[in-house]
Amino acid sequence: MEFLSYLISGISLGSVYAIIALGYTMVYGIAKMLNFAHGDVIMVGGYISFCAMFYLGLPNIVAVLLAVVVCTVLGIVIERLAYKPLRSAPSLAVLITAIGVSYFLQNSALLIWKAAARVYPPVVEGTASLFGGQLSISYISLLTIAVCVVIMLALTTFVNKSKMGKAMRACSEDKAAAQLMGINVNATISATFAIGSALAAIAGVLLCSFNTSLMPTTGSMPGIKAFTAAVFGGIGSIPGAFLGGLLLGIIEALAKAYISTTLANAIVFAVLIVVLLVKPAGLLGRYVPEKV
Amino acid sequence: MAKLTTKFKSLKKTTKVDFATYLGVIAVFIVVTVLQNGGMLNRKTLGLLVPICCYMSMAVSLNLTVGILGELSLGHAGFMSVGAFSGVIVSQSLLTAVPNAPVRLAIAMVVGAIFAAIVGLLVGTPVLRLQGDYLAIVTLAFGEIIADLINCLLVGYDASGLHILFNVSGTKTIDDLGLDATGYAIIKGAQGATGTKTIAGLTAGFILVMVTLIIVLNLTRSRAGRAIMAIRDNPIAAQSVGLNLTKYKLMAFVTSAALAGAAGALYGLNYSSLQSVKFNFNTSILVLVFVVLGGLGNIWGSLLSAAALTILPEALRQFADYRMLVYAIVLIFVMLATNNPQFKAFFAKLLPRRHSAEEKEV
Amino acid sequence: MTQKTKLVPVTREPALLPERDADKSPVLECIDLGITFGGLKAVDSFNITIGRTEIAGLIGPNGAGKTTIFNLLTKVYQPTHGTILLNGRDIHGLNTAQINRAGIARTFQNIRLFQNLSVEENITTAMDTQMHYNMAEGILRLPRFWREERVVHERAMELLSIFHMEEFADAKAGSLPYGAQRRLEILRALATNPCLLLLDEPAAGMNPSETAELMENIRSIRDTFKIAVLLIEHDMNLVMNICEGIAVLNFGRIIAKGSPDDIQNNPEVIEAYLGKKKEA
Repeated sequence: MEFLSYLISGISLGSVYAIIALGYTMVYGIAKMLNFAHGDVIMVGGYISFCAMFYLGLPNIVAVLLAVVVCTVLGIVIERLAYKPLRSAPSLAVLITAIGVSYFLQNSALLIWKAAARVYPPVVEGTASLFGGQLSISYISLLTIAVCVVIMLALTTFVNKSKMGKAMRACSEDKAAAQLMGINVNATISATFAIGSALAAIAGVLLCSFNTSLMPTTGSMPGIKAFTAAVFGGIGSIPGAFLGGLLLGIIEALAKAYISTTLANAIVFAVLIVVLLVKPAGLLGRYVPEKV
Repeated sequence: MAKLTTKFKSLKKTTKVDFATYLGVIAVFIVVTVLQNGGMLNRKTLGLLVPICCYMSMAVSLNLTVGILGELSLGHAGFMSVGAFSGVIVSQSLLTAVPNAPVRLAIAMVVGAIFAAIVGLLVGTPVLRLQGDYLAIVTLAFGEIIADLINCLLVGYDASGLHILFNVSGTKTIDDLGLDATGYAIIKGAQGATGTKTIAGLTAGFILVMVTLIIVLNLTRSRAGRAIMAIRDNPIAAQSVGLNLTKYKLMAFVTSAALAGAAGALYGLNYSSLQSVKFNFNTSILVLVFVVLGGLGNIWGSLLSAAALTILPEALRQFADYRMLVYAIVLIFVMLATNNPQFKAFFAKLLPRRHSAEEKEV
Repeated sequence: MTQKTKLVPVTREPALLPERDADKSPVLECIDLGITFGGLKAVDSFNITIGRTEIAGLIGPNGAGKTTIFNLLTKVYQPTHGTILLNGRDIHGLNTAQINRAGIARTFQNIRLFQNLSVEENITTAMDTQMHYNMAEGILRLPRFWREERVVHERAMELLSIFHMEEFADAKAGSLPYGAQRRLEILRALATNPCLLLLDEPAAGMNPSETAELMENIRSIRDTFKIAVLLIEHDMNLVMNICEGIAVLNFGRIIAKGSPDDIQNNPEVIEAYLGKKKEA
């Protein structure tokens, strides 16, 4: 029973990672860049929803929607101002710019909301009691898992069925060819950032509810871990990000429970390294050798 | 003299740049030493001297991996960490055996370099088969793992020698080492190294930078350097002319790790207390920023940007809370200015005489 | 599309070797070489013998599998079946770098120079396997470093003189004009001291006078270095002029083999290139 409760907590943490990883993976698939600022968009989402709930007194659901809207706009603005001018630049320059954006968001948050951690009450309170009280699961855990599954299904349908989704897949294969076929590459990339950032906002709310705390660096470590999850599953692959996120969360929760709290992160990363050595393109990624 | 000048003119451009780099470092060292002895530097500046030397060495050695070998590493601080803590352990263990501080510092730096090289070999051997962003993520993961492992480390020293305990459960303390009356703690888990005798100084920093420069520059201008750059430019062609990819990739990666280890040892012995958080992902990124801003493969660029960007946040102290924000904006702006075609064209108009300064060195 | 190909016997054939090579063992023998990509036989039953100082040609329409054969010979791809004998020795199990050290050097269809290295460095890098000073000697600049660096410098200059490119020695390889890049690739391959040189479309993008010069150069390289050359080329003038033996490839199989005269008059080759005549 104890194991089951750790497992569920792992799945729920993994669901948050998966939602963040989906944003990472979509942006990587299309813009071929590691968007290190993604984790900080999560943090912004957390603060916006926090302020909406406590300073503006809005209902939780409205606060969440507001966070989604703000983060979507933020994502598009970041892409336009910082990344779009570097479309043809070397990937390292884009990486450093993304790091610059990450510092910018973190330090802006530090100025606006100060360094001290805020207590972030879960957007949904309460716990479900199962097996006559032997197993209790918080509603927020269940909500997180449900939201993750819904997002995953919606995103898969969107990418496979909709016109914009097809454009995204075309851009990720070959931008030049996509452009020649009449696809608006810039709009497609903007849309990808918008979706990724909207997901980050939702992830922010869920993550803060899960941790019940919020500070300007809240997004960094989950951002890195979600990125790891995306690579773990095979970067660029949507089911891969989902699978990678879930596995990462479960490994982390179980390592924390059974091996060592201080070494939990180390174990997560060690598993990642081992997986990459066995499958260099990640669990569901595909390896494309260079043509000679 | 005239003969010498003609001889200098006949040298290759890279050789000239290398000489200028060495001379520049020596000149700056002399000037700073004179200022220091004349009491013209305030305490804050003095405190920055050793870290600047360490970061210069870190930037040059990371440039070997990122600029010369062309592999993105996001875990360079991990090697610094290995060097720092092994250096501290060695130095603190040899307090009585080697009372001479400079000798002890040298031993500590060599040991730090060796340990970092061993770890570099362990990480590099499997990982260098991966390509591009995957290598980046594995080095990132490695950096985090090192930080976590050191957080679990309990080390003490007494008459019977070195005591090391690995605190996996998180319940043990320094008392569990069972030190006798003469014993003292060296590393206290998450608190890191405490009570370290600080023996680092500017001269050691200068020597570190010079040794790093000699190793990296001479390696780059030898057959190994050519092979490493050939692998960067075109791995398939490099194999087709008989180059052993793994051997040369490892050579660059391990050398880079060893130099970071030496820099770490010096850094660690500059502070009486040191936590492993100091060498986390952010530090790796910080050094990467030095390298990219200084120019990939451009060694003097790395030196310059490491020094400038270590001083900049301090110089921005008057802006207090805004300084990191300014730093971020400067970073984004510089990246846009140096990489965006329109920006570049704009600057080219401003400086019509400057010809292709963005040309890659080496 | 009917795919009519002659079956080639799987035995070692009597070589088409030039007379001067007849008494020596061949430099390269491919026996029943083949590779399959996901069910598609890209190369099948490839048999060829190349004499010690022969200039041989590999021709065929686009997509016939010519470059794939180079990739098999240099182990960029692993053959699905068949044997490659280099100087009579089976090179199974060697990787690309080891194959080069065993004596096969190549150029690439899409030029693969070390773009950011100088012209001279491109050549001296290829001599790396002939150098002996180690990493420490290089860093400390011990005598062996200077000695060997001088030797490779002189040899690089000698090689550059073949194509009269000495003046470009310090130029960045990536900044050279296209034709010069192709020539530099040949020199880089030569610098590894091969016994067999594989040239993948050496004359691509060259004008007729450049091609004529290249032809002379290839011949003189063969004569000076006493090596065998196997080249892929679409310029029939070049192929027919300098190749002593030619193999024609279509759909991954050899459809004809012989001297330039044989090939020019072979109906199957004409069909492969020009298509089948419509039968009334």
